[in-house]
Amino acid sequence: MTAQRTLATSGRVLRQLRHDPRTVALMLVVPCLLMTLLRYLYDGQVQVFDRVAPVLLVLFPFTVMFVVTSVAMLRERSSGTLERLLTTPMGKGDLLAGYGLAFGGAAVIQVGLVLALVLGPLGLQIHGDLSALAVVALLDALLGTALGLFLSAFANSEFQAVQFLPAFVLPQLLLCGLFAPRAQMLPILDWLSSVMPLTYAVDAATRAAASATWTPDLGTDVLVVAACIPLFLILGAGTLRRRTP
Amino acid sequence: MNAIEISHLRVLRGGRVVLPDLSCTVSSGIITGLLGPSGSGKTTLIRAIVGVQRVLSGQLTVLGRPAGSPELRRLVGYVTQSPSVYADLTVSENLAYFASMAGVARSAVPAVIETVSLGAFRQTPVSQLSGGERARVSLAAALLPAPRLLVLDEPTVGLDPVLRQELWDLFHRLAQDGVSFLISSHVMDEAGRCQQLILLREGRVLATGTPPDLLRHTETKSLEEAFLRLIAAEVTS
Repeated sequence: MTAQRTLATSGRVLRQLRHDPRTVALMLVVPCLLMTLLRYLYDGQVQVFDRVAPVLLVLFPFTVMFVVTSVAMLRERSSGTLERLLTTPMGKGDLLAGYGLAFGGAAVIQVGLVLALVLGPLGLQIHGDLSALAVVALLDALLGTALGLFLSAFANSEFQAVQFLPAFVLPQLLLCGLFAPRAQMLPILDWLSSVMPLTYAVDAATRAAASATWTPDLGTDVLVVAACIPLFLILGAGTLRRRTP
Repeated sequence: MNAIEISHLRVLRGGRVVLPDLSCTVSSGIITGLLGPSGSGKTTLIRAIVGVQRVLSGQLTVLGRPAGSPELRRLVGYVTQSPSVYADLTVSENLAYFASMAGVARSAVPAVIETVSLGAFRQTPVSQLSGGERARVSLAAALLPAPRLLVLDEPTVGLDPVLRQELWDLFHRLAQDGVSFLISSHVMDEAGRCQQLILLREGRVLATGTPPDLLRHTETKSLEEAFLRLIAAEVTS
C-alpha cells in the first residue's frame, strides 16, 4: 500500500463521479431538498425540527455513501477491472482507502452544503458544538462507505446491491432510537440496537447538537463509530480475493 | 528457458473439473497460440497462469516463479476477454490510472496510446468507443509496465482485418524485443500467425508444435483440417 496509489485511486473514483454530473447533483441536491421539506413539515413545531434535523444531517451521508459505494464496487467486480487491478502491484488497502478518501471527500461537500442550508435559511437552532456535529457527519459518511465496500462482496447484481439498503440500513434506522426511545424497547430489540453502528452515530448526532462541550458519552459514541470504519474496511479487504475458485 | 512451465495442473472452476491433468510449456521470446473451441478451458488456464484462478494441484511456474507470486505482478501483463477498463473515464484517464497502479510514470501513457493506434480518441470516454477500440484500451493498459510476458485472452475478436494485422505486427515486434506471448483464440486462421501452438480440447492438450510441424504431422493443408484430424485420431484411439 502506498500513498501515491491510494491517492491515484481516489482521484480516479472522483473523476468517474465528475463524468456523471447527474449523480453528483442527486448527491448534493436531494439532502437539501429533503431537509427543506422536513423544515416546513414541522413549520408549527420548530423544536421537533431542531431535534430531528441533526440526526438526518448524519443519516444522509451515511445512506448515500453506502449505496454509491456498494454499486461502484459491484461495477468494479463485474467489469473485470477489479481482477485486472489485483494482477498489478496495487495493494488491497490502496483500493479500499482510495474509495474511502474519495467518498469521504464527497461527503464533506454534501455535509457542508446541508449544514449551511439548515443553519442559514432554515434557521436550525443548535445549542451544541457545530464542529462535533460535522465530525460525526463525516465519520458516518466513512462508515457508510466502509459498510458498502464490505457488503458489496455479497451482491451479485445491482438489483441485490440496491436491496441492501432496506436490508441493512432500514433495520438500523428503525432501532436506532429515533422512532422509539431505546429504553422502551423489548430487551432483544434493545440488545440488537446496541450492536448496530448506526445507533451510536445517531446518538452522537443528538448529543453533539445538544451539548456545547464534548461529553464523555459523546466521546464513547464517536469512538465506537470511528472503530467500526477500520473494522468494516478490514472485513472488506478480506472479501477482495486475488484468487477466486 | 521457458516462460511458462505447467505440469499435472488440475483446476476446478465453479465446482466443475475444467483442466483434469494438464502439462505443457511456453517458450520465451516467441508467440505461443493457445487454440481450442470455446469451453475447452483456455480462459481457465490463462487465469491460472496470471494467478487469479485457484488451483487444485500441480505445478505452475511463470518466469521461474510460482504463478501468482507478488513479483510476477510487475512482469506479467494480462488482458481479459472482455475489456476491463472504466467505461465512464476517457482513454487517457484510464491509462493514467493503470500506470499509477503498475508503478509506471504517467509520461508513458501517450506512447502506449500511439502503439495501439488510439491517438484520435485520447479524450474520448471509453463508453463511446466501439468494441474493438475498447479492446485496444484494455491491451494498452497491459502494455504500460513493459511486461516480460503478455497473456492475452482472445485479443483480436471483433476487430477488422486491417487492425488485426496491425496488432499482430505489434505482437511480433514486441516478441523480437524479447517479450513472451501466450495468446488464446478460437479462430484457426489466427493460429498461422503464431510461432508455436498448443491445441486444447476439453481441458486436455491435443497437440503442440509449430504450425508447419502440425501440418506435416497430420498431412493436411490447413490448421483447421489439422485440428479436425487430431480430434478424429483421438476419438478413434
